[in-house]
Amino acid sequence: MSFLKRLWRDKKLGAIGGLIFLLFLFCGVFADFLAPFGENETDLSVRLLAPGWDYLLGTDHLGRDVLSRVLIGAQLSMVVGFLAAGLATVISIIIGVVSGYFGGRIDMLIQRFVDAWMTFPDLVLLIVVVSIVGPGMPQIIIILGCLYGIAGSRIVRGSVITVKESMYTHAAQSMGASTMRILVRHIVPNVMPVVIVLFTTRVGATILAEAGLSFLGLGVPPPAPTWGSMLSGTGRTYMYMGPWLALAPGLCLTIVVYAINVYGDALRDLLDPRMRGVR
Amino acid sequence: MSVLDINGLTVSFRTETGRVYAVNDTSLHVDPGETLAVVGESGSGKSVTALAILRLLGEAGRIDQGSIHLEGEDLTALSELEMTRIRGNRISMIFQEPMTSLNPVIQVGRQVAEPLVLHQGLTWAQGLERAHDLLAKVAIPDPGARIRENPHQLSGGMRQRAMIAMALACSPRLIIADEPTTALDVTVQAQILALLKDLTVETGAALILITHDLGVVARYADRVTVMYGGRIMETAKATNLYRDPRHPYTRGLMNSIPSLDGPVGAALSTIEGQPPDLAHPPPGCPFAPRCSQRQEQCEKQVPPLRRDGERDIACVRHD
Repeated sequence: MSFLKRLWRDKKLGAIGGLIFLLFLFCGVFADFLAPFGENETDLSVRLLAPGWDYLLGTDHLGRDVLSRVLIGAQLSMVVGFLAAGLATVISIIIGVVSGYFGGRIDMLIQRFVDAWMTFPDLVLLIVVVSIVGPGMPQIIIILGCLYGIAGSRIVRGSVITVKESMYTHAAQSMGASTMRILVRHIVPNVMPVVIVLFTTRVGATILAEAGLSFLGLGVPPPAPTWGSMLSGTGRTYMYMGPWLALAPGLCLTIVVYAINVYGDALRDLLDPRMRGVR
Repeated sequence: MSVLDINGLTVSFRTETGRVYAVNDTSLHVDPGETLAVVGESGSGKSVTALAILRLLGEAGRIDQGSIHLEGEDLTALSELEMTRIRGNRISMIFQEPMTSLNPVIQVGRQVAEPLVLHQGLTWAQGLERAHDLLAKVAIPDPGARIRENPHQLSGGMRQRAMIAMALACSPRLIIADEPTTALDVTVQAQILALLKDLTVETGAALILITHDLGVVARYADRVTVMYGGRIMETAKATNLYRDPRHPYTRGLMNSIPSLDGPVGAALSTIEGQPPDLAHPPPGCPFAPRCSQRQEQCEKQVPPLRRDGERDIACVRHD
């Protein structure tokens, strides 16, 4: 409770970002109830209608309701965003904790692997892997999870090294706690502030990456109405006849990712103990 | 029988500039209910000796020689797993930083209960009940409320009391307190030390008090071991050591204590020179380069620790 109060008092923009994010999350969760039409329901008699009272965000070239498609698109984005970011976070914690806590040769080996991994540009890696395993939601989630998880492990590792050298870790050792116990009870809970921020920003990043892949036709295959594929398919083709086709998913994407990022920044500032008491 | 008996302990650390011998050929013992103070300046090897007893020297450190017997059992021969069963159970340690020695995200009660759950197989509910009693025993007011608080809600003195409660949880035979009051206010220092002393006398545990505060030593220690450059210079009963310091280094230390009834404005007396570089230790007595009474042979070979009545002393002048 006090945390939410502080968020609102000290970080207005971040709080608003969080609210917008929650709104989209709500839309995603209840998309099936909120959508006035089926997302793939075609009606050629109402093709390319401009936004109006019957179709709030207009219709596309097959007469599908854009609002319904954007809502279901939000659902897909949230599913991909949360699952991929969740997987990424778990991978980051495992790699970061093992590398940071055990140190020495293990750390050296893992970090050189992470270095090598990070030299590949994200998008190139994504395109290569997707062209090998083929497009589809589960693949996308796993690939994005691995991609961001390995890169993010660096941040967790840094935090683990700090906590590992803390007196309470030494105290726990002197008390006879086993390595596993120290990791689970003392190390992981104390790197959680970093992990929470990492997770939040990763949700935004994975949503954007998924949209990018879908835009290139390598994401969730049609007719699923992902924001990325709406932008690249009908959005681009009918850009002049129906600008709302690209505007709706494009704006949604921009707003969600921006909202998540400002919220993530606010979280980082609030959870970082060094920032306590600083505006 | 002594609770702890260290014999000829040598500890070294691997560094980039070669092996550094932090503790050399050190022998000491502590009896039940006794308080042994280990004094010395920074880098004298006192903390390393403590960590060696718990075998927590880290990756770079190792015990090269000697034995550490806890109630007859040689700790240097135990496996890591066997050591985890001894740490916090039969030997516990109190660190000098109460502000950072408690995990900030775990409630105080659960931290105090942890060794009990770990070593004595208590459930968390039983452990918390005992934690309540332990916090009351170390004179923390309103322990019922404190066990549910997080460490940052406690003052430094109270945190150190909580650390002591945690150290006492499993009724250890040996408690090692590494400068337990350095980070605390002077008024709180006396309370904490008196508490530690009372509790050890009461439980019959042995207490090793590592400190550089000779005032603390005078008041609370039964015996004193003076360390310098990783070696023991002199070990004696506290009263004897104060009345009659024999080793030149001990004398230097005693003379460095500022006196309240000395002349106003008098300069503080110091020991000339610098502590030895342990990466390149002098071949003889580590204190020889700073000793005002050194002889030729002091710089050639290390004087052995010799028994003289109730006192052990390592100095060639003392034959």
